[in-house]
Amino acid sequence: MAAKASGRAAPATAAPPADGQAPAPAVPAGMTAPPGRWDYAPAPESTEIVSIASEYGLFINGEFAPAQDGKQLITLNPATEAPLAKVAMAGPADVDRAVAAARTAYERTWGPMPGAERAKYLYRIARALQERAREFAVLESLDNGKPIRESRDTDIPLAAAHFFYYAGWADKLEYAGFGPGPRPLGVAGQVIPWNFPLLMAAWKLAPALAAGSTCVLKPAETTPLTALLLAEVCQQAGLPPGVVNVLTGAGETGAALVAHPGLDKVAFTGSTAVGKEISRAVAGTGKRLTLELGGKAANIVFDDAPVDQAVEGIVNGIFFNQGQVCCAGSRLLLQESAADAVLDRLRARLATLRLGDPLDKNTDIGAINSAEQLGRIRELSDSGDAQGAERWSPPCELPARGFWFPPTIFTGVSQSHRIAREEIFGPVLSVLTFRTPQEAVTKANNTPYGLSAGVWTEKGSRILWMSQRLRAGVVWANTFNRFDPASPFGGYGESGFGREGGRHGLAAYLDA
Amino acid sequence: MAIEQAIERSGAAAAAVSTAAGGTMSDAALRRVLHGLDGVDEVGAVARTASLATRSIKKDAKLWALDAAVRMIDLTTLEGADTPGKVRAMCAKARRPDPADPAVPPVAAVCVYPDLVPVAKAELAGSTVGIASVATAFPSGRASLAVKLADTADAVAGGATEVDMVIDRGAFLAGRYGLVYEEIVAVKQACGDAHLKVILETGELVTLDNVARASWLAMLAGADFIKTSTGKISPASTPPVALVMLTAVRDYAQMTGHQVGVKVAGGIRTAKDAVRYLVLVSETAGADWLTPDLFRIGASSLLNDLLMQRAKQLTGVYSDPDDFTVD
Repeated sequence: MAAKASGRAAPATAAPPADGQAPAPAVPAGMTAPPGRWDYAPAPESTEIVSIASEYGLFINGEFAPAQDGKQLITLNPATEAPLAKVAMAGPADVDRAVAAARTAYERTWGPMPGAERAKYLYRIARALQERAREFAVLESLDNGKPIRESRDTDIPLAAAHFFYYAGWADKLEYAGFGPGPRPLGVAGQVIPWNFPLLMAAWKLAPALAAGSTCVLKPAETTPLTALLLAEVCQQAGLPPGVVNVLTGAGETGAALVAHPGLDKVAFTGSTAVGKEISRAVAGTGKRLTLELGGKAANIVFDDAPVDQAVEGIVNGIFFNQGQVCCAGSRLLLQESAADAVLDRLRARLATLRLGDPLDKNTDIGAINSAEQLGRIRELSDSGDAQGAERWSPPCELPARGFWFPPTIFTGVSQSHRIAREEIFGPVLSVLTFRTPQEAVTKANNTPYGLSAGVWTEKGSRILWMSQRLRAGVVWANTFNRFDPASPFGGYGESGFGREGGRHGLAAYLDA
Repeated sequence: MAIEQAIERSGAAAAAVSTAAGGTMSDAALRRVLHGLDGVDEVGAVARTASLATRSIKKDAKLWALDAAVRMIDLTTLEGADTPGKVRAMCAKARRPDPADPAVPPVAAVCVYPDLVPVAKAELAGSTVGIASVATAFPSGRASLAVKLADTADAVAGGATEVDMVIDRGAFLAGRYGLVYEEIVAVKQACGDAHLKVILETGELVTLDNVARASWLAMLAGADFIKTSTGKISPASTPPVALVMLTAVRDYAQMTGHQVGVKVAGGIRTAKDAVRYLVLVSETAGADWLTPDLFRIGASSLLNDLLMQRAKQLTGVYSDPDDFTVD
C-alpha cells in the first residue's frame, strides 16, 4: 500500500524532498480532521426483481413439463448454501422427447425458414435479454455466486451481444466464406458449464439458431436457473416450439444427451476429463463435435510493461469470476528483473479487493460455485504448500456460510509443481519467472493446454514475436479476459477444438 | 519500479535528483529519469476508472464523502469579469456554504486571480479557508520567467497561502524538461511559505505517459500539489488522468516518504463526479490522501450540488435548488 507517513512530514529515514526545502507547513487546523477509514456502506442489489419458482420443469417443444420419472435436483445459492429451487432432472425418456422435438422443428419450421425471418427471433431474444438484464443479472449471481458487478456488466450484456451479433449473420450465411448455399447442420446437443451459465448458453444457441440448426441445451447441474429464464424469453419471443429445448439435470443427463443417436452435432464446454469422455462417446457416430475445455494460461509480464495496468490485468486474469474461467491467466510469468516490483504492487492491489456478498454492488470477489469445486481448489492449493511453493493471501475475512476461498498467490512455483500444471479453476495464481522472451514462450507452451495467453510489454514488435510463437487460441496483448462476439474463441491440444464467436463460430453449425 | 531502476541506471540523474536543491537539471538527465518511468496503457487506465466508477456509495459512506468533498473544494472564480463584489460573495459562501446548516464545513480554499487576493484576504480573515491564487501568466504560461516570478510574488504579497502555477507546456512538449524544472523550482522559491500547486494542463499534454512524466517532473522540482488543469482547456480533469497522477504521488511517497497532493479541476459539477474521484483517491493513492491536505477539487457549481445531495441524505427529500445560495 502507499506509504503510511502521517501528515506531510517525511519519515526520518526517507530522502529529503527533491527541492531540498522543508515540507511546506500544514494547512491551517480545522480542515485537517483525519478522515479515518472510508468504508463503503453495504449496497446490495435488490432481489425483488426476480421471482424464483419453487419448482422448474424441463423446456421441451416450447412448454415446461416435469421429468417423466419425476426426479428433481436442488440448486443452491453458493454464497449462503440456501436452496433456491427444485429443478427437474431429465432422464433418457426426456432426452428422447427433446431431441425429437428439435428434429421436427428443424425439418418443418426452423431449417426451411429464410435467414431474415430467423434473424427476427434472434433480435427479439437479444432485446429481451437487454430489457430484462437486471433480472438475469440478479438470478445469475444468486445461482452462481459471482459478483453482481460482473453478471451486470459482463455476463448479461455479452450474452445479449452474442444474440445481436449472430442475428446479423442469419441472412448473410452465403457470404460467410463457407461456399455457396451453406446448409444448416441439423440438431445440436449442447452441454455447458456453470461458470458463465447464461453467457455459455448464448455462445451455444446464438450461432446455431442463426445457422438454421435447432438445439437441445443441457445447463450445468449447479446453475440451471438463467437457462430456464432464457427458455421463458424464447417463449416470450415467440420462438417456434422445439427450436430451443432446455434439459436440466446432472452428469447422467448430459451423457444421455451426447450419446443420443438423433443428434447431428455435439458441442461441449467444460472440463477436459468430461471432454475426453464425450470424444470417446461421439467417435465413429458421424456427429460433429466441438470442445471447449480447460486451460492453464500464461500471463507474461515483461520488465517494460505498463506495470499498473499489468497488475490490473493480472487481477482480472485470475480473480475475475473467482478464477473459475477456462481462459484464466492462472500462471503468471514475470520477467525476473521486474518480478519483485510487480509482486509488491500486486500484493498491494489484492489488499483492496472486496470479498463478500455477491449481490453487493461493491463486491469484487464472490463465492465459489459449489462445495465440490471448493474442495478441488483446496486440494490443489494444499499441494502447492506440500511441494514447497509459498502461499500468500491478503487479510481477508471469509463469510461463515457458503463456499469461499480467498484470493491467493503462490510464489516460488516451478514448472513441475501441480499448481503450475493442473487447472485449479479458482482464485489461485501461480507465479513463475523467466529471463528471456524465448524462455517465456517455452514455459508458456509447456502445458497440455493451449486456450489463451497474455503478453504485457510496451514493445510492439515483441508482442507480434510472442503471439506468433505462443500456442494458444487467444493471445491478449496488454489486456486480459476481453471478449467480443465478433472474435473467435477456442483452444489447442487439451483445451479442445472448434471456435466459438465470430464468423468462425458459424462453421460449427453449418454443413460446410 | 522502473523509476528507481532508471535512476540507478543513470548516475548523472541520480546525483542530480538527490542534490536537486539549487542544482541544475539537464534536459538529458531528466529525460533519462522521466522516460524510464513505467509506461501507462491508456486502454487499461480507462478500463480501471470505468470499473471504479461503478462503486456504489450509499448511506453513511455517501454522507462522509459529501462532507469530505465540501472540505476539499477550492471554490474558484477565474473570469475576466471578476470583481471585488463577486469575490466577496464567493468568500462568504466559502466560509459558510449553507447558511441554513452550520454543520456544513467550510471549503478548503478560494481560488482567484492575483489582483483579487487582497479582497479575499480581507473577507476570509479569521476563517480556516485558504487563499489560492493562480499565477505565472495563467492560463497559458506564455511569459518570461521574470514576469512569472513577479506574478507569483504579487499573489504572495497580497496574502495568498497557496499558489497555483502553470507549467510551460510548450517547453515540456519540446522535451526541454530542464527549463520546466527550473521554472517550478524558481516559482517554489518565490512562494515562500505558500503552498505550490503545479498545474500540468493535461488536456494539452494529451497522452497519459506525458501526464505521468509531468507529474514526476513537478514532484522532483518541489511541488506540494500536482493539479490537472486550468479549467480553460477541454478536456480538463478526467478520471484516467487523475488515476495516473494519483499513481504517481503514491509511488513518489513510497520512494521518498514525501506525500504530494493532487488537485483535480475543471468540469466537475456534480456530487456524483466528486464521489467518483474520492473512490479513485481511496483505491489508488489510499486513505492517507482522503484529506484536504492532500486532495483538492477545484470547482464552483459543484458546491451547491454537494449541499443538495447532503440535504437529501439527511432528510430523504430533494430540496429546491433555490434553497441554496448562488454566490
